Amino acid sequence: MSRDSEPRGALLLTALAALGLHLLPLPEIVNVFRPAFVVLCVIYWSLNRPRAGGIALGFLTGLALDVFKGAVLGQYALATSFVAYVTIRQHLLLRNKPPLQQTLFVALGLLLWELVIWAIDGWTGQTSAGLSRWVHVLTGAACWPLIAPLLGRTYVSR
Amino acid sequence: MAAFATGATRSLPQRGPAPGLRFFIYAVLALTLMFLDQRGGWLERVRYGLQAAAYPLQLAMNSPSAAWNWTRRIFEARAALQAENARLRDGNRRLQLANMRMLALEQENAQLRGLRGKLPGLATQWLPGQVIGTESTSLRQRITVDRGAANGVFKGQAVVANEGLLGQTLRVGPWSTEVILLTDPEHAVPVQVVRNGLRTLAVGSGEPQTLTLPYLPIQSDIKEGDLLVTSGLGGVFPQGYPVARVAEVRRDGSSPLAQVRAEPLGAMERDRVVSFLWFDAIHPAAPAARADAAGSGNPALQPMITTPAPPAPAPAPARVQPVTPVPSTAAAAPAPAGTTGTTRVPAVAPAPTPAPSAGATPRASGEATPAPTAAPTPAAASAPASAPASTPAAAPATNPPSSAAGTVSGEPARPEPTIPRNGE
Repeated sequence: MSRDSEPRGALLLTALAALGLHLLPLPEIVNVFRPAFVVLCVIYWSLNRPRAGGIALGFLTGLALDVFKGAVLGQYALATSFVAYVTIRQHLLLRNKPPLQQTLFVALGLLLWELVIWAIDGWTGQTSAGLSRWVHVLTGAACWPLIAPLLGRTYVSR
Repeated sequence: MAAFATGATRSLPQRGPAPGLRFFIYAVLALTLMFLDQRGGWLERVRYGLQAAAYPLQLAMNSPSAAWNWTRRIFEARAALQAENARLRDGNRRLQLANMRMLALEQENAQLRGLRGKLPGLATQWLPGQVIGTESTSLRQRITVDRGAANGVFKGQAVVANEGLLGQTLRVGPWSTEVILLTDPEHAVPVQVVRNGLRTLAVGSGEPQTLTLPYLPIQSDIKEGDLLVTSGLGGVFPQGYPVARVAEVRRDGSSPLAQVRAEPLGAMERDRVVSFLWFDAIHPAAPAARADAAGSGNPALQPMITTPAPPAPAPAPARVQPVTPVPSTAAAAPAPAGTTGTTRVPAVAPAPTPAPSAGATPRASGEATPAPTAAPTPAAASAPASAPASTPAAAPATNPPSSAAGTVSGEPARPEPTIPRNGE
């Protein structure tokens, strides 16, 4: 595969699937543990194929989350594109690190993501939510070793 | 930003601006969006479009559970279906009887209140829709329903479940609507205690199934088990709809306010049917417009003459002539144009199949008025705003039989008040 052909189709499909997983109805108690699949997907593509989606992928998926969640337009878009940016900046460092270190980075990325959202919630005058909103950072990071190989199978690596 | 840019350029030597710059652009874009969105409805159109784009995915993600329900229904045993059918038929009969009694009471009430002015508004039309998405965090308690502007849904419309009030519409897309629930921390509903008429606000707590009543003084007369209904103040919700039941009242000396917790009656869950309500600001049976205009006297006791109303749409309340049609009050209802008045005759049973046209059907009901039209057409045509109100009323006053017929056939028909609206 030539360097210029990025797996755009796989990227689009996985992004849609991740958005779908956000919408999938879950009971309240399980919902707290639901990983932020969209962020995991964005981190994966930014890490492995930074030029396939780039920051635009983060922005657009984040905007979709804004609409789904009824948030202030731009809140999730900013957070997700920020995570995409940080990952793209560091992708050369991280790409060949052992899985454990990658997982730690993913946890950091999820934490940053939730932090940005939390900050914007605060600025827009929403009351703080307690600790349950941070739980998905841990479950998301725990899911990473499963999700990364799965996403890796969606396209032919060069 | 320049420092970011140089660092990134080295790692990504190919085309396009550096990630730092690109992120900067996207960040500015996102911040602008947030600013505009917070600054009141500048982005209504954008959100409308985005909501339309999001709808297919929401629908798709809802399809597994919808399909599961469908399959379950298919394989449901015949006996179970028969039992359910019998139960429903039984329930329907009971409701019909109750409805007949209610219609009689309503009529009587209208006559009694004729001396005292207005009756509260009453829901006249409803549109069922299915919940296709839920968002339940301590910051947002929202649901998405598969009905939108295409069905006539508008912003700030009351949404009810079978058991009680659920919330109001917040963002209306073309085919889907975001509903803010009573339990959302940004939502408050004016309520009234049924037992003693005490009025206050019920504010969402962010927790599902919990409302707080933060503005009640410590000595106010409220106790566990009190039923709260909408008070109708504010005009968003019709009056008298059940909202919540008080679950806990705490009075400690340290605070001048009582801490009251209530549990909403309308539970929120997926795959359930909720209804959007339309209501007239005044009671359809209320002779309010006349009472207001005439100043006094029970219209029901006045002779009924069925002359068509003069084509004077100006709702001059100062007229001595007690003929003023209702346009002023009818127009005050927060319903979209065209739905307001027609809904008086609610031949609008919830459409059996929730087709997209369900919203359009009720609106057409103005034409389908069952009242025998004597000569009211000129009046109706001349005063469009008051037309639907005047059409049935201008019919011969001796037409309670027609409404009785409607009742027996099971239609949720409002009674034809024996009081002609436009008769003098």
